[in-house]
Amino acid sequence: MEHPPATEVVIHHEPPSSTKRIWKVFWILLIITLVELGLGLSLYALDLPEGLRMHLIKGVIIILSLAKAYYIVSVFMHLGDEIRNMIMTIVVPLMLFIWFILAFLGDGNSYKNLRNKYDPYYRDRGTQEQQLKKEDRLEKKGGKD
Amino acid sequence: MTTTAVSQHQTKWWSGGKSPFNIEYGKLMMWYFLMSDSFTFGAFLISYGTIRFSQNYWPSPSFVFNAFPGAGHANLPLAFVSLMTFILIMSSVTMVLAVHEGHHGNKKGVVKWLAWTIVGGFAFLGCQAWEWHHLITGAHNVLVDGKIEQWGQSMSHNPWGPLVPHEELHKLGLSVAEGEHVYTPGPVAFGGYFYGITGFHGFHVFSGVIINIIMLIMAQTGVFDRKGHYLMIEKAGLYWHFVDLVWVFVFLCFYLV
Repeated sequence: MEHPPATEVVIHHEPPSSTKRIWKVFWILLIITLVELGLGLSLYALDLPEGLRMHLIKGVIIILSLAKAYYIVSVFMHLGDEIRNMIMTIVVPLMLFIWFILAFLGDGNSYKNLRNKYDPYYRDRGTQEQQLKKEDRLEKKGGKD
Repeated sequence: MTTTAVSQHQTKWWSGGKSPFNIEYGKLMMWYFLMSDSFTFGAFLISYGTIRFSQNYWPSPSFVFNAFPGAGHANLPLAFVSLMTFILIMSSVTMVLAVHEGHHGNKKGVVKWLAWTIVGGFAFLGCQAWEWHHLITGAHNVLVDGKIEQWGQSMSHNPWGPLVPHEELHKLGLSVAEGEHVYTPGPVAFGGYFYGITGFHGFHVFSGVIINIIMLIMAQTGVFDRKGHYLMIEKAGLYWHFVDLVWVFVFLCFYLV
């Protein structure tokens, strides 16, 4: 091209004529949120001790949140309608979050373990707090009977 | 656009003279701004997670967020924040409907849906103001150095530690009214992170509302009709959806898990 046009050239895709897709995504978001809330409240109602079952419920909530994020970005923000090059420049840098989250949460956890090992005051307070939490749970269970 | 131009575009995105991402410049820059902003929010939330993981005890959200305006001391865990989430999802829908009307150059539709989006934004901000006020001015029994003190949730005080059993109180010669409980102090970092992150998000909502009001005035006065397109609405829409997107993760990190 010897004479590039002065203004940028963008091919517009035909806008959808109906709002059906928007409302469909609205219902999806609403239902996912309600399920999340149900799971969040079940954590409260069941009052589970730290363990596999609690982490499983929390894991499901996190996956549902990611699904919500996908729908908002892809449909409401129309990223899904852009060309692949464009999608990749946004999505690929966000992959850094995987490393970011794993590294920092691991760091926090290791800090806790180190303090529990080497700082007697911190460890004793932690044990006391766990003890109080346990008694609270037993008292509530006793109250229900 | 002719068919030859289309086929050219499909074969050579990077040969110059056209947008290689097939997206308008301003919109592309809005996307990159939002990407960088997501790293800002991400850094805040991950820092919160790091501190939370480093503590032996962290208060349960259903225990902290259990109040509803006008419901007094009723225990309604997560009810109010569900309402806030619903308001924000709803305003995201009205925003995408405004963008949709903009695609079709329908001024009346754009104005109508933008107005509803602004209403939703103000409703959310109002809810947040109530929630903050309730947390700050709340009075909770906290056992401090063998005495009971009344604490609200602030940047330096956290009243949401583990419950003190009644026998323990008797031993200390303390008593509280029937049905009342006494707690130990909770992790101090909770307040700073909660107010910091929800405040930063609230500020985004606030600036989004301001942007939407400007868009509403511009649409109403026919600026976009004269331009011949409603691309500005799309950019404002991207920002508003991002605010909703961030709330998904704030909701997750502070209220659900």
